[in-house]
Amino acid sequence: VSLYQVQKLLFDVNRDERARARFLAEREHLVGDYELSVDERRAILEADFHTLYRMGVHSLLLGPLAATLGLSFPDYLALLRETKP
Amino acid sequence: VSLVGAFAASHAPGITGRPMLPPASESEPVLRGYAELRARLEVARPDVLVVVSPEHWANFFLDHMPSFCIGLADAFWGPTDEEFVKIPRRRVQGAARHARALAEGIAEDVDLSSSEELALDHGVMVPLHLLGTTLPVIPVIVNCLAGLPAPLHRCHALGVALRRTVDRWPERVVVLGTGGLSHWPAMPESGRINRDFDQRFLDAFVEGRIEAFLRYPRELLEAEAGPGGHEIRTWITVAAAAGEGHGSVLSYQPVPAWSTGCAVASLDPR
Repeated sequence: VSLYQVQKLLFDVNRDERARARFLAEREHLVGDYELSVDERRAILEADFHTLYRMGVHSLLLGPLAATLGLSFPDYLALLRETKP
Repeated sequence: VSLVGAFAASHAPGITGRPMLPPASESEPVLRGYAELRARLEVARPDVLVVVSPEHWANFFLDHMPSFCIGLADAFWGPTDEEFVKIPRRRVQGAARHARALAEGIAEDVDLSSSEELALDHGVMVPLHLLGTTLPVIPVIVNCLAGLPAPLHRCHALGVALRRTVDRWPERVVVLGTGGLSHWPAMPESGRINRDFDQRFLDAFVEGRIEAFLRYPRELLEAEAGPGGHEIRTWITVAAAAGEGHGSVLSYQPVPAWSTGCAVASLDPR
């Protein structure tokens, strides 16, 4: 279980300008710095908020990431609430 | 007494970040409450403002997550989340000498950590903005978030120690707690608000009965008031600092679009 590493990556992206720039420009390299499972790696690469939330990522790590990606707050909530097959 | 005010208020980032999202019938009572608090702050004429605010991953992660952390710097910067709260980043004057004295006084009874470099997020900056104040600030960050948040009665002990310390000072001090009340922040349930919980808590807060909440079970608190309900910790610290003094709720308004029951309250220190 590497939820800690997923959350650490998000904390770094939210709070460190260099990590944020790498997240936006070279996400596939950034994820290599963290010990992630295949599913976690995919969820980060796709910025899959719904899956990240279901994995147990703290919501206050996801909200700022949504803002970084230019998502409005209502659109972010809609992603969390969507029902997936 | 040197404690000349004990205030508490919600710090929802939407108040400044998404002001037009709720109907005016919901937003106006919140702004009126803050305007009344601002007037009280001006009457109180403090020299120093101690702001007790929750951690929201602005400073700490699960590698090191203190229960309580006091900011010792000459100055701080905030907000960290300016694109979200739409408040321009600015330098906030600290009160380094008093902060160190406060830290040493509190540490006689309650373990706390200290920082020379705290980042201020919406928890501090939204209230400062709405109160229109540039007073020197001593930030005290409380873990209401993750890891091992201090039990509620320890947040009360923090307030008692804070009060005991500032009572030795000639300076005029106001303590302001921020956060809450019930909310499910940035979660699928966002917008859910438990009016009944909020009202019970506010009644206890302004009637000097905060001890009714000091042993509130963690699971029950979270079920009733959401993960954001843990932020009552800062209000408990204020009630303790006020010596369980009575006071009044200046406004209470559930605002689903701002994701919380927005409350503004003031206690008369005893």
